[in-house]
Amino acid sequence: MDLLLMQLFNSLSVSSILLLAALGLAITFGLMGVINMAHGELIMIGAYTTYVVQNIWKSVFPESLFDGYFIASIFISFLVTAGIGVLLERGIIRHLYGRALDSLLVTWGISLVLQQLVRSIFGPTNVSVACPSFLDKNIEVIGMFSMSYKRLFILALVIICCILIGLLMYRTRQGRNIRAAMQNRPMAASLGVNTARCDALTFAIGSGFAGVAGCAIALLGPIGPTIGQSYIVDTFMAVVVGGVGRIVGCITGSAIIGMGGPIFEFFTTASLGKVLIFIVVIIILQFCPKGIFSISNRVLDE
Amino acid sequence: MCILAEEVNSMLTLEKVTAAYSGSKVLFGVDIEAKKGEITCLIGRNGVGKTTTIRSIMGLVDTPSGDIQLDGKSIFKLPVYARAKAGIGYVPQGRDIFPQLTVKENILLGMEANKSVKEIPDYIFEIFPILKDFLQRRGGDLSGGQQQQLAIARAIVSKPKVLILDEPTEGIQPSIIQDIGKAIMKLKEDMAILMVEQYLEFILDISDKCYVMEKGRISMSGKTEELDKERLQQLLSM
Repeated sequence: MDLLLMQLFNSLSVSSILLLAALGLAITFGLMGVINMAHGELIMIGAYTTYVVQNIWKSVFPESLFDGYFIASIFISFLVTAGIGVLLERGIIRHLYGRALDSLLVTWGISLVLQQLVRSIFGPTNVSVACPSFLDKNIEVIGMFSMSYKRLFILALVIICCILIGLLMYRTRQGRNIRAAMQNRPMAASLGVNTARCDALTFAIGSGFAGVAGCAIALLGPIGPTIGQSYIVDTFMAVVVGGVGRIVGCITGSAIIGMGGPIFEFFTTASLGKVLIFIVVIIILQFCPKGIFSISNRVLDE
Repeated sequence: MCILAEEVNSMLTLEKVTAAYSGSKVLFGVDIEAKKGEITCLIGRNGVGKTTTIRSIMGLVDTPSGDIQLDGKSIFKLPVYARAKAGIGYVPQGRDIFPQLTVKENILLGMEANKSVKEIPDYIFEIFPILKDFLQRRGGDLSGGQQQQLAIARAIVSKPKVLILDEPTEGIQPSIIQDIGKAIMKLKEDMAILMVEQYLEFILDISDKCYVMEKGRISMSGKTEELDKERLQQLLSM
């Protein structure tokens, strides 16, 4: 029982990281229609940014302030990956709008370049970050079942990110412009919305949240140049299963993929668990081809 | 003096505009003038280039040559959003409201073209009272007539110099057409209106000037009351 609870909690934690990565992807893939295979590498850059911030922090600030590096690295990871996102969008991806297959190929190429770049700078071996002391604790719940502070922190971080994205998209002028541009680009432009600026901003936000996901992942284990690859497939599945372009869909998709996999693995084996979750995804897409939370209304139904 | 007044009135001028889709020409030197206080109608059969002309004005199609002037300034090289900001309100064919955005959000988007408009002006709800009741409803859930009213409201909320309407009566029930006609008549006091339309009765009722298009060219133009009605009927029924 304790083991199952532990497994459930860990899979909830995996879901939350998946959700962080999926939120970014839901924006770039769901709203912009760009199949960004380099999204995983943006997660990786977020993780390495955390590592770099930690090292700089160590050399600049006294030991007593060490824990502060992690809070700073959340914001810095967001800014760094958002900046890289803008460069990618303005330099390459904007030329590929409406060309899904081309964007897939090009972003896959970018992902390889980014991996090699990081490998050249930091070396092929994994690096790790030290967990801040305030997160290096556990809460004993029942018997053997305990919850680690860092996993709880990641859960809280994800909830905050969801709220921030919700507020940004549904309560601000920029969010309204982004949603309009993604629904009907020529019409949004015809109303005075600078859609090019919207695209860059959208891509920056999506990339920024991938960086935050990377920052969270850095807490859980070693960081390597290919760390993003292990998340990208699950992240795409979460977005597609949930319903492209919907935050609530993203949450549901991440929960299904993030929790379903480990639970199946618990009752069967690691490889069979993976197979079973793919079967679940196939069944869902058979009945809901546009994802669980697909958008339906009078205009779109016509 | 008379000439000066004429120049001031001319809000939108198209001079020898050509347009092409994938390199293949569809407009061959179109000249149109829309004046403030007038409703100018662009008419013709399906496929003659009316919507392409409108889309050329908005910058939505490739226009290799010609010039488009708004209030005396060329907007020919401006991107789409800058043309809207320069003072063009656009109601496209099929309305193109944002289905997942609320009515209020749709109207607020119209204000992007004119940052000096901070709140939805009252006149929007005076002209289209139905929209006030549906502010929080998703645009995609409105009926066709309500969507058309929303599309016009969204275009005029920024107080444009020119309002362009592409077949505003298409698929709309007669009672709503009357309301839309009244709204357009009211709006022409403050702006120039250029309208693509195929519903002859509606054209004769509200327009001041007509341009007839055939095969990507203007074949006939003049004041509405002076045009040969039978010829117009013939053209539109073909």
